[in-house]
Amino acid sequence: METSFALGWIDYTIMVVYFVFVLGIGYALKRYMKSSADFLTGGKSIPAWITGLAFISTNLGALEVMGMAASGAKYGMITTHFYWIGAIPAMIFLGLFMMPFYYGSKARSVPEYLKLRFDEKTRGFNAVSFAVMTIFASGISMYALAMLMETLLGWNFTFSIVVSALIVLIYTYLGGLKSAIYNEVLQFFLIVIGFLPLVFLGLINIGGWDGLTGKLAEVATSHGYATGAYTETWRPVASAADNPMGVEWFGLIMGLGFVLSFGYWCTNFLVVQRAMAAGSMSAARKTPLIGALPKMFIPFLVIVPGMIAMALTSDPDSGFSLPMKGASYDYDKVIPMMLGYYFPTGVLGLGLTALMASFMSGMAGNVTAFNTVWTYDIYQSYISPNRSDKHYLWMGQMATVFGVLVSIGAAYMAKLFNNVMDFLQLVFAFINAPLFATFLLGMFWRRTTGHGAFFGLLSGTAAAAIHHGLTQPAGATSLIKGGWLGTVVHVYPSEMAQNFWTAIFAFFTCLILTVIISLMTKQTKTKEDLTGLVYSLTPRTRDESKHWYQRPQFLAIIVGVIAVILSIIFW
Amino acid sequence: MEVDIRLPIGFMFLLLGLLLLIFGLTTQADPEIYRRSLEINVNLWSGLLMILFGGFMLFFGLRARRSKTK
Repeated sequence: METSFALGWIDYTIMVVYFVFVLGIGYALKRYMKSSADFLTGGKSIPAWITGLAFISTNLGALEVMGMAASGAKYGMITTHFYWIGAIPAMIFLGLFMMPFYYGSKARSVPEYLKLRFDEKTRGFNAVSFAVMTIFASGISMYALAMLMETLLGWNFTFSIVVSALIVLIYTYLGGLKSAIYNEVLQFFLIVIGFLPLVFLGLINIGGWDGLTGKLAEVATSHGYATGAYTETWRPVASAADNPMGVEWFGLIMGLGFVLSFGYWCTNFLVVQRAMAAGSMSAARKTPLIGALPKMFIPFLVIVPGMIAMALTSDPDSGFSLPMKGASYDYDKVIPMMLGYYFPTGVLGLGLTALMASFMSGMAGNVTAFNTVWTYDIYQSYISPNRSDKHYLWMGQMATVFGVLVSIGAAYMAKLFNNVMDFLQLVFAFINAPLFATFLLGMFWRRTTGHGAFFGLLSGTAAAAIHHGLTQPAGATSLIKGGWLGTVVHVYPSEMAQNFWTAIFAFFTCLILTVIISLMTKQTKTKEDLTGLVYSLTPRTRDESKHWYQRPQFLAIIVGVIAVILSIIFW
Repeated sequence: MEVDIRLPIGFMFLLLGLLLLIFGLTTQADPEIYRRSLEINVNLWSGLLMILFGGFMLFFGLRARRSKTK
């Protein structure tokens, strides 16, 4: 058997049908875009199941899909920690404890919450860094899509960039956030249905889960690990030497499960925006909880194919082998290689369309988050306040066009200077790492001041940079991996372990300094200012659901129990 | 909700499902095409799954629409 991508008329038809529906949804929503709120915040009218699916779909961009499959091949089942410990607890916390402040306050965005709770400079810092970050994320998505289409199908790089940018631009320009959210739901189902046959065929081929564990046990022992290193989740993280990821349980739980996960899922406007678009407080709180239900099972869709690819590669008789990239495998090619290996024409078109859909949902998510932050937090706040709402609607639409154009620039920049992208991602990681400490203190400790938040955040970012500059992962060859401050104080077993500990240092630096500076500065916000923004000054929300089983708390318990059961099954 | 997303999702999956089902049926006899998918007519099965899912979405979408117009 060979891996090939000969597309027939049926494959192209599937792609075209998908594009028509995506654009059609944007077009159908066009006439409802009457105010800037309709366009940028979805008019706060969307049911919870839709925002819930969009909540995880916007994160299920292609970089996530391909990256998680790559990790599945490289590290095996412990990649599920990015879901079961690295997303679910944070999503529960967001729904139960943080959503009341985001949704209940008058804030239209996460930076705006920071402005209401703290001050202008904290908002400005968050808004500007977030805006730049979304543009680059969208550009990197586009770049990766175009590169993939070039290598797989021989499509011209610029052609792929222009087509994908144009489609995303049209449907977000016409229907705003609502169009992005609706399409994310469509894309979510397409991704699930498109990749499902891959998992089935792969498992049948390899002899089911038992066959997979058997093959990967050989791979594990050949690398000097225990037999379950690639197929278990908690046993291999007893010590960093026991697993290919090179992480130990404490760094994993604190770094990934607490700091990074809560920082991403609870403060990143890209995902929080979806919940804020929900139709009621109850729906907003249920958004991350409903999203968590399918989220827990996504590992079987994206990580398991990576593991199958590794098992096939280890078996010389299979005829499948991951391509090489330098001295190691090119893990990022797992999903496309597997599609080309198992899928005949027909479902091959479906699988490729699903892959494109995931690129587009990632791009559109970033573009719609960017235009809101730009319009409300930068343009309306610093450049041109007190204009008519019509003007801000226009500005939101212009920001959409502008955002897509700049991300095209970013895509070409990624093609020309790969290092620039690595560098930027590093900087954003430093900025994001301490963010959750600021929100935690802001929401649950009323004494936190604006100065405390701002300077705590800056020092947390600095701590992340300094920690990275003083440490290195084992075998590092370039300064982008760390150690650029001249002396290397500590060498981590892997880059992942270094990332987790960078986040831990950033978080605690921010937490401690925010507390100290807050105690030394005067609280300028009055009790009235902080009502609805801080836990102790906000009346408890009574959920309006009719039955107890419709309440967020009940949903949260269900989600928690399933996550624990999954962890135990794959312990 | 002005546009019920269940309707376009339902229509799209129904359409794509029918397309794959018919393609699967017409290529059933072709051994070459399904060798890579372990002799399983994966087009046919995916098509069926998509028709089921699309129908399910349409059923609930249309039912909600009818109860609203009443």
